[in-house]
Amino acid sequence: MSARRAREVGFHGVLLGCLSLSVLLLGLLLYDVVSDGASRLSVDLLNRFPSFDPQRAGLESAFWGTVWLMGTCAAFIVPVGVATAVYLEEYADRERWWNRLIEVNVQNLAAVPSIVYGILGLAFLVRGPLSLGRVVLAGALTLGLLVLPVVIIAAREAIRAVPSSIREGSLALGATQWQTIWRQVLPAAVPGIATGVILALSRAIGETAPLILVGAATFVAFNPSGLDSGFTALPLQIFNWISQPQPEFKVLAAAGIIVLLMLLLTMNAAAIWLRNRYERKW
Amino acid sequence: MTKIEKTTTALIVSGILALGATACGGGDEGDAGGGGGASGTIAVDGSSTVFPFAQAAAEGFGQENPGARVTVGESGTGGGFEKFCAGETDVSNASRPIKEEEIAACRKAATRYAELQVANDGIAVVTNPGLKVDCLTTAQLKELWNTGSDVKTLRELDPKLPDTELSLFGPGTDSGTFDFFTEEINGEEGATRKDYQPSEDDNVLVQGVAGDGGGLGYFGFSYYEQNQDKLNLVGVDGGGGCVKPSKATIQDNSYKPLSRPLFMYVSDKALVKPQVKAFLDFVIANQATVAENAQIVALTPAQLERSRQALSRLAPA
Repeated sequence: MSARRAREVGFHGVLLGCLSLSVLLLGLLLYDVVSDGASRLSVDLLNRFPSFDPQRAGLESAFWGTVWLMGTCAAFIVPVGVATAVYLEEYADRERWWNRLIEVNVQNLAAVPSIVYGILGLAFLVRGPLSLGRVVLAGALTLGLLVLPVVIIAAREAIRAVPSSIREGSLALGATQWQTIWRQVLPAAVPGIATGVILALSRAIGETAPLILVGAATFVAFNPSGLDSGFTALPLQIFNWISQPQPEFKVLAAAGIIVLLMLLLTMNAAAIWLRNRYERKW
Repeated sequence: MTKIEKTTTALIVSGILALGATACGGGDEGDAGGGGGASGTIAVDGSSTVFPFAQAAAEGFGQENPGARVTVGESGTGGGFEKFCAGETDVSNASRPIKEEEIAACRKAATRYAELQVANDGIAVVTNPGLKVDCLTTAQLKELWNTGSDVKTLRELDPKLPDTELSLFGPGTDSGTFDFFTEEINGEEGATRKDYQPSEDDNVLVQGVAGDGGGLGYFGFSYYEQNQDKLNLVGVDGGGGCVKPSKATIQDNSYKPLSRPLFMYVSDKALVKPQVKAFLDFVIANQATVAENAQIVALTPAQLERSRQALSRLAPA
């Protein structure tokens, strides 16, 4: 075997090794959580409020708190994120320094630690100018700000992937820029945008630190009744259970992690379905 | 193209509606009134040491008053007081009395408050069952834990003790237990030797001490009670002879100096709300049951009476 050939095989082997290592670790993690938590996984878990008694404790309020957060967060990031992406791709003149500044900033914001957004949320949403208080809306907007860069970057990629011949054809037939964007570009970009939104929500659903800062309480024995309602969320409930002294709460925490994972997988499945449904080849 | 346009719009709209609808579906049960009289929101925050007590109280209160909406957070004693004096919370949990600078912040916001003792807490000093120690004096504990200490075995403290090399475990610096232990043992809050294994999670400490032949550590008494079979409890001699921590010795404060009272603070502004008044009345009336549920040491009748009087002094007639 020639040296070139040997290097080829060796490289392939290293890649496979890396892949199987990460798959193996993920598998071990899943196995560990499922074997710990499966015994407490039941419908009752979703129908009970937290309690000091591990036998009676459930995560109803945390589950609905997370659903409220994600719904409100999506309603905020989809219009704002897509509009920003449309502006940057279709209108912004890259010769102007402020447009380049905005672009660099959006990319940098995607890497800012989540706790910093928590401080921002506490200072401007919970207290300060907006003074919303420690409610669902403040939590959802904080998470929205946190993941907005992800949506913007994904939506820009999707819009850029629409061939310029489509735009030019539309404009040549007399359509305005607005008509071109609304009727040609955005529909073609839906799969990419939807994937970006789901990825963003998948990040938001697991965040704990910013929610603690904006004042999500740990023990909440009621479901959110609106945007101005106090709330808790699944990661907070799991964190709280893990730090309880009784070993039964560890099992509950594992069951909570399974619920969170299932919610996440459902969201990802929806994204894949959307992408396949609307994907088009040019 | 119009087909794609319509389906896209429909898709986005229905997606948002679906999320909204499922979200609303969950909120219906929240407002069901009836049962007990109290309704409205009660915001409780503060010490994570008091959290199990506050949670058990909120749960019991919620069962009697389905219309009341109690939230309990655990942002620490200091973080709790900051929110409390800013008027953001109604009740603040504390594992120590309020400090001078916190009193000043409350005064600035013109917040008057009452201090209610709700339970008792003790710190347990424990070792691995293989490391036989019956009792340590506070002076020995200080020699072991103080800044700059290089004590490696218990024999260095007392020739009669085993010479197993120690592995030390203790709570992290954010914990109220850490503040309390360093203040009482080392004489200054935050003063400690640095070469020990810290963790905010007391379970990690239990596992560390139980899994290491030379393990020695300190943490909240309830964590010891949960793991009695894995740990050796060390008595503490604060000058008046050796005392082991137990419900009784923590309650009457004879387990010196590592037992302490736990508090709830309530402001006069919050106490005007009938639901907050009802909640604290509930806490006072059911203090023993709540403490038992939370696996924390209950009050003596005299302590309970003092809290009852403090509450009635602040409450409007």
